Amino acid sequence: MSNLPFDPLLIAIAAPLALALLIALGLPKRWSVTLAYGAFAVPLLMALHTWWHFSGVPQQDGYAFLTRYSTGLDGLGISLKLGLNGISMPLFAMAGIVGFAAGLYAIQSQAERLKIYLMLLLIMQGGLMGVFASVDVFFLYFFHELALIPTFIMVGVWGGRDRSYAAMKMTIYLTAGAMVSLIGLIALYVKSGANSFDLIAIKAHLARVPLEAAVQQNIFGLLLLGFGVLVSLWPLHTWAPLGYGAAPSSNAMLHAGVLKKFGLYGLIQVGLPLLPAGALHWAHPLAWLAVIGNVLIVGFVTIAQRDLKQMIGYSSVMHMGYAFLGIAAGSTLGVGGVVLMMVAHGLSVALLFLLSTCIHHRTHTFSLDEMGGLAQQAPVLAAFFVAATFASIGLPGFANFWGELTIFVALWKFSVPVTVLAVAGVVISAIYGLRASAAVFFGPATERMAKVAAQHPPADLRWAEKLPALILLVALLFVGFWPKSFSTPIDAALTAKTQVATK
Amino acid sequence: MNLEAVKLAAADNLWSALFPELMLAGLALLLLVLEIVLPKKHHVVIPDVASAGLLGTLIGLFINWNSSLIGAETFNGLIHHTHQGQMMRAFFMICALLVCQLGRLTLARQPMPKIEFYHIVLVVTAAMMLLAQSNHLLMLFVVLETLTIGLYILVSYHRTSTASLEAGLKYLLMGALSSGILLFGIVLLYGVAGNPALPAHSDNAMYYPELTRFLEGNRDNFVAGLGIVLVLVGVGFKIGAFPFQIWVPDVYQGAPTPVTAFLAVASKAAGFAVLMALCGKDGVFASYQALTTPVLTVMAAATIIFGNLAALTQHNVKRLIGLSGVSHAGFLLLGVVASATSVLATNAIYFYLFAYLIASFAVFGVMTHLAGPDDSDQDLDHYAGLAKESPFLAGVLAVGLGSLAGIPPLAGFMGKFLVFVAAYQSGARWLLAIAAAGVVVSIFYYFGWIKAAFFETWTPPADGAPTRPARTPVTWVTGCALGFLALASVFFGFYQGPFGQFLALK
Repeated sequence: MSNLPFDPLLIAIAAPLALALLIALGLPKRWSVTLAYGAFAVPLLMALHTWWHFSGVPQQDGYAFLTRYSTGLDGLGISLKLGLNGISMPLFAMAGIVGFAAGLYAIQSQAERLKIYLMLLLIMQGGLMGVFASVDVFFLYFFHELALIPTFIMVGVWGGRDRSYAAMKMTIYLTAGAMVSLIGLIALYVKSGANSFDLIAIKAHLARVPLEAAVQQNIFGLLLLGFGVLVSLWPLHTWAPLGYGAAPSSNAMLHAGVLKKFGLYGLIQVGLPLLPAGALHWAHPLAWLAVIGNVLIVGFVTIAQRDLKQMIGYSSVMHMGYAFLGIAAGSTLGVGGVVLMMVAHGLSVALLFLLSTCIHHRTHTFSLDEMGGLAQQAPVLAAFFVAATFASIGLPGFANFWGELTIFVALWKFSVPVTVLAVAGVVISAIYGLRASAAVFFGPATERMAKVAAQHPPADLRWAEKLPALILLVALLFVGFWPKSFSTPIDAALTAKTQVATK
Repeated sequence: MNLEAVKLAAADNLWSALFPELMLAGLALLLLVLEIVLPKKHHVVIPDVASAGLLGTLIGLFINWNSSLIGAETFNGLIHHTHQGQMMRAFFMICALLVCQLGRLTLARQPMPKIEFYHIVLVVTAAMMLLAQSNHLLMLFVVLETLTIGLYILVSYHRTSTASLEAGLKYLLMGALSSGILLFGIVLLYGVAGNPALPAHSDNAMYYPELTRFLEGNRDNFVAGLGIVLVLVGVGFKIGAFPFQIWVPDVYQGAPTPVTAFLAVASKAAGFAVLMALCGKDGVFASYQALTTPVLTVMAAATIIFGNLAALTQHNVKRLIGLSGVSHAGFLLLGVVASATSVLATNAIYFYLFAYLIASFAVFGVMTHLAGPDDSDQDLDHYAGLAKESPFLAGVLAVGLGSLAGIPPLAGFMGKFLVFVAAYQSGARWLLAIAAAGVVVSIFYYFGWIKAAFFETWTPPADGAPTRPARTPVTWVTGCALGFLALASVFFGFYQGPFGQFLALK
């Protein structure tokens, strides 16, 4: 039973934002850095708290920890309504964990203008916690945008190669995607006639007064297009590898790991339950787009990458293909698999981005052709990276395994050819994952690597790097060995969903 | 009109209803008197008197906010007191306060008479306040002229600067033309509505309710339609809507920065107050929606597209903010189009205007601090390295521009969101799509400006080319005002409390 004297969800959102505001108002650097530990720890603790107590607390309309705060727009049906259901709880927990790891790493990094860097990261973290805690669709969007804007700035300022171009491209793609999804959400608000952005109220209203199939198809199409851009659905994915390749590591961890899941989350939490006919209409086009585009085409492109960070960026686009496939399958099993996979992918891709930056610190290059033999000098780093690669491929024991497995099982019922092609993708991801590990860590050191090693002998992981990596890896293994801690609430939320009829 | 009628009219006048406007007019005269009476060394207090008087009037307005006169008409129907009118009164007075504050900074750099500036600002403000409450075409035209003539002087206030004079001339020519067109429209409406051969004709046809009644009775009268279109064109000039925006970049660039702010915010808001009174759901032209909606829709679409695309290529920040203001006029026009059927739209426009006020004045405040003696020369390059030299100004600028771009959690986002919801409700789908694309484009140039301030470093040109002007240090009062504006943008983005009730007004 939860017995906190305050609302854990509100605190998880407010703590990072409050510190960001303080920093903006001119908090001295030493204080900012010290307090940042706390501001990243609070969401983590709240996330673990809600995870632990989730099954114990009383639920209302399928949501635990439900609270409502007025922002003055009650007349329009907008209010800050926070709560967690079985779908959002795992993601909320994941956001807390990845955020803490990214925050720890950022505080320890010697980034230039660290204060502003931390401020932007804190805004992102507050927004992310808000995205998954919001029951109100308006605030779902609001918090997403809040978390999105720092990305552009961070890529533009602290980014690596091609940062201006990458930042601009990301800005255009993601703003456009966000605008389309905003119009989709407004359309849902107006067409549903519930005069409310509250998910529970819309659901209850639509159960009484169903929407016409054509309306559902159009709105779902808008949402799919908008969210699709945000989740890098092929062929609108090109911003992702470029952006992640240029983004500073903490930002890439939070964006690729957590923020990108917003689109999928929106489809699962808003699109599927409220617009079932629309989802059905778009399922086959979506499945083929995802399997041919995201899984196979992007998969092959990933194999061809010679830049470690770009490769991870492409691999994350590819894995989003599996998530879209699960959504296309639409069954409880498939969608549940997507939620598990989102959690697993968030943890594993954040780990990979973190480790790739650690590698870069030692090799001073991202080019796979110029690395080699790093395992001798940095065995712990090698072990972490290989484990993260295994997780990303989906080996049993890691959380990713359960996600992919359930998606494939669900997909079999949906369409056999799609399943066959999708499973082939696993082989692709094994090829590029293992090849990358081998190129970085094993074999003889290249000439250039030997030169770099002679100048700065590469050390193994420092604690500042080890701790965030360890947190992510432990979480991956924990979910991998005990998926039930997430799958039970997910299952409950998906099966209990009052299906909205179609006129 | 015989003597009895005059007496009746006088008895009907409630001078106390116009207390704020009268106060401002009196204050304006007081400033001139003080200039004569006070010895020259004490002239520095005159701007303080202006600000204090404005602040006092504003507080008086808030105290008497829910006046018993709300809903009533005074001065024989010339003035209609509404909640929206109260809102706009406060809006214009806040604008005037900020313009006076910025004016001190700009005027200090110029060997110019100073007191007249405040005098004209106060008179123009009073005129705008009356405009937002006018209920009669004659009243509308007279106050519109009062404020436009005041603005002619203000635009060319830097009379030694050719840019300012050029701007003043351009504004005068365009303004006179638009006033002429507007007046022609009014005359056509008055003439046709007074035609005894037509049903529902009226001998008081400039009075809004009478005109409304006439238009309802004659739904496809060509002359009335022509008059309506001409009135819209006249107002379109004032708000800088396409294709009547051509004066905007030059005038905005040439005018002293505080006047640019006044034009961009207050003058535009005045235009929209008129548009909503005329084209809203219960507006005067409501029965001619089949005509006004297409005209406004095309205008809105073209304004959004033109404003955003033209702003993309600008290097002078005054032109940039002028053209971005054109695009904001387009977003607001989207709201006006929606207000034909949606009640939410009208209230959303008011919220949008307030968000625009808060954000714009933050940006103009920063611009004033960066401008040199040549007020029209304000380049994007001058902003390079601002974050290092003055983190405070850079922060205020970022919040202001972010709010203008419509980024959550800033107030500008809420304004755009509410207008978009209203637009969807009213079924203006294509226009909404264009507006969404416009938002994406606008992110570009706003971010370019933020980028210049935060991420670029200033290198003085080696070849002895003109360097950039020195920055004006931030004074205590101005600093407080700017900080307050920035925090207000954040606050109203998260919490719309005070506006919430108003927005839900039916």
